Amino acid sequence: MVENRPWADFAAHVILILGVVVVAFPLYVTFIASTLTYDQVITVPMKLTPGDQMLHNYAQVLSAGSEKGSHAAVLPMLLNSFIMAMGVAIGKIAISIISAFAIVYFRFPLRNFFFWMIFVTLMLPIEVRIIPTFKVASDLNLLDTHAGLILPLIASATATFLFRQFYLTIPDELAEAARIDGAGPVRFFWDVLLPLSKTNIAALFVILFILGWNQYLWPLLITSKEEMYTVVIGIKRMIAGGDATSEWNLIMATAMLALLPPALVVVLMQKWFVKGLVETEK
Amino acid sequence: MEKRVVFQSPWLPYALVAPQIAVTVVFFFWPAAQAVYWAFLVQDPFGQSSQFVWFQNFTDLLRSSNYLESFKVTAFFSVLVAGSGISISLLLAVMAERVVRGALIYKTLLIWPYAVAPAVAGILWAFLFAPSIGIVSYWLRLAGVDWNWNIKGDQAMLLVVIAATWKQISYNVLFFIAGLQSIPRSLLEAAAIDGATPFRRFWTIVFPLLSPTTFFLLVINIVYAFFDTFGVIDATTQGGPAGATQILVYKVYNDGVKAADLGGSAAQSVILMIIVISLTVVQFRFVEKKVQY
Repeated sequence: MVENRPWADFAAHVILILGVVVVAFPLYVTFIASTLTYDQVITVPMKLTPGDQMLHNYAQVLSAGSEKGSHAAVLPMLLNSFIMAMGVAIGKIAISIISAFAIVYFRFPLRNFFFWMIFVTLMLPIEVRIIPTFKVASDLNLLDTHAGLILPLIASATATFLFRQFYLTIPDELAEAARIDGAGPVRFFWDVLLPLSKTNIAALFVILFILGWNQYLWPLLITSKEEMYTVVIGIKRMIAGGDATSEWNLIMATAMLALLPPALVVVLMQKWFVKGLVETEK
Repeated sequence: MEKRVVFQSPWLPYALVAPQIAVTVVFFFWPAAQAVYWAFLVQDPFGQSSQFVWFQNFTDLLRSSNYLESFKVTAFFSVLVAGSGISISLLLAVMAERVVRGALIYKTLLIWPYAVAPAVAGILWAFLFAPSIGIVSYWLRLAGVDWNWNIKGDQAMLLVVIAATWKQISYNVLFFIAGLQSIPRSLLEAAAIDGATPFRRFWTIVFPLLSPTTFFLLVINIVYAFFDTFGVIDATTQGGPAGATQILVYKVYNDGVKAADLGGSAAQSVILMIIVISLTVVQFRFVEKKVQY
């Protein structure tokens, strides 16, 4: 900028630091609570420096859950969450990338109809068709299965759009050259389109992994067995009700375990994350 | 836009769209159609038989004060979440654009809450604000506030608004930063040379040029408040106390899953569908046009 206003810069830093602190405060308290004993955590006011129970609390929830609330161990829940997140991300990308390929690179009857069908799913979030979808899943014997957690969520209008937009920017000469060289559609897809789509796939993957990991309503509906809980559902089940009867130190340790994997994905893959977010929503 | 060069195959394109179409039919269209069908039925209490009742479920809903209350709660909630989320994020994004040193660090420290599940966000804030043991409740009591969101409806609303907004700030900040970066530097520099203060430059140049981003975020935030905050509500207030935070989505779940009122819940689903469809149409029509002054 052409001007020098040290006070304005100073104010900007103050506001940003304030913002960062307020945003980070719940995380800090969560971490502290996860290192305390039960008695320390229900003492008012709770102390804001780390205690020495960290290893004990985390080991306890990973292997045996809480004592007063749900006794389900968190380690298998983390595994379920991971399977669900990977399944949703890979599933969405896989079926979207091939349907976008069909819609852009082929002319066939019903092409536009199929495209609109995929588009309309945007307008039917799980929240507006809770019970009928549950019934379908139950009729198909998908309750309490990993497939049941994943399959109903893998249709993706946004991913299909993103790949379609991207394919439309690829020069026609590439497809032409591939055809002259005798490559069929499958070969062209595999050897040309897929390698070109790498960055889009990475960006989408980050967004969809987080989306899958953080699902709440669907797993809440279709998991009834403890061994099928995802970690986000598991935390909810640990709250025994009443402020002082819940073991907040253990709940907060579980909360840390539930938010760390997706938070690490965001921070470590920030470049892909930002790209994915900005492009899928436009 | 269409491709000039295409491949020929009588069956391959169908095979390629088949998985996606199968999922949309089985898990989207069929259930949605059933929700619409059920919305016109009334089941007897034992679930044995059902009767076609035309619009009775809808008229019952519109006459139920409970449902109208839930509509009001949802409107209030989404206005608060969208309004506070957008204004706080805009402030932070403008400041982050201004500073040269540390901009990337600030950005990283602001975006991570995007990764937190709404239900977990709810639990974190519920712990801070827990009436008897929460640290923030303790400070509030020191300041003379009688804090107990288990009993007081407006405090429960404040809690879910804070939790929902907190989670969404990162998203808004990222879009505002992207929007700010697309504003030509030359415009701002010219205004600065002419003596416009940063404050004035913001209101006369930056804010108008950001209006497409702001409008886009407004729609996205309203959709978020309507649908994605289910986890926040379920993990904290569960719609209470006395329905003070019972947003429409939560009521569909409560009536359908917990109270097993199939017809009434399906009718609510249909109303929600109409809301999503109109929001999506607004988003696509107006975002394309790029709102401008």
